[in-house]
Amino acid sequence: MKSAIVVFPGSNREGDVADALQRASGKRPELVWHSTGALPAKLDLIVLPGGFSYGDYLRCGAMAARSPIMREVVARAKAGTPTLGVCNGFQILCESGLLPGVLLSNAGLKFICRDVHLKVATRRSLFTHRYAAGQVLRFPVAHHDGNYFADAGTLKRLEDRDQIAFRYCTPAGETDADGNPNGSARNIAGVFNAAKTVLGLMPHPENATDPATASALGGTTDGKTLFDAIVEAVSK
Amino acid sequence: MKAKIHVTLKNGVLDVQGKAVQAGLAGLGFQGVGDVRVGRYVEIELAARSRAAAEAEAKKMCEKLLANTVIENYRVEIAE
Repeated sequence: MKSAIVVFPGSNREGDVADALQRASGKRPELVWHSTGALPAKLDLIVLPGGFSYGDYLRCGAMAARSPIMREVVARAKAGTPTLGVCNGFQILCESGLLPGVLLSNAGLKFICRDVHLKVATRRSLFTHRYAAGQVLRFPVAHHDGNYFADAGTLKRLEDRDQIAFRYCTPAGETDADGNPNGSARNIAGVFNAAKTVLGLMPHPENATDPATASALGGTTDGKTLFDAIVEAVSK
Repeated sequence: MKAKIHVTLKNGVLDVQGKAVQAGLAGLGFQGVGDVRVGRYVEIELAARSRAAAEAEAKKMCEKLLANTVIENYRVEIAE
């Protein structure tokens, strides 16, 4: 599998995503610095990693979304290349128009850095097909602006078209206010584009993939399934 | 020409900063503080020759970068 991780000034999870992809595919992704201007040919996956690109100036992800390399990312993603944006990457995908909606400041105004529970909203995608429908996962989050917002019409369309990937939930799997860490509309933690080839999510699956870290720190390896699913889907 | 641009959250979009400022003002003893909305103010020097051209240019900048029209409104004033 040939994958590339786009790195902006202020990205900081590119190494974690690279480790997770290497663990799943056996192959190290290429890190592409934003100003090199070109993505490698024939990619199976593009990743926009977490971090604080351009210092979150103006709005989270706004500057990165308008950088020249994003024109190529948008073109490839629209042509069907699977694209994953995590945390700041999700914000960039929304700002670039590849995904609907936007991430507002957390409703509680605090930076949240802890594990959260997520419910798999659909398994009908190249990213989620190895989970069970309704499966409850535990991933870490680390964000100040993860409060997903879209207008009522967009939210309805996302639900009608099965474009919601994950919802925040309680440990028991209830997608209610108690399970919602940041005020996201309808507990949405991750969404797809219409073709379901682009996924953006706030929680960090790449930080729930390493068995040694999981056992040392009490985390999970629930994120490994997502990367395994991508590898399986693109290897067909 | 100078463009003076105000970007504010649309009505109906939760303004968490506004809420915090509202609570802060109440905490300082200010009475009768209603809804508070926090926005962004941008000044841009433009080489445009006419007010109309400057305004059109500034509006394009708002649409493309300065505002996210999913959640924000913008207002452009041109000063000479």
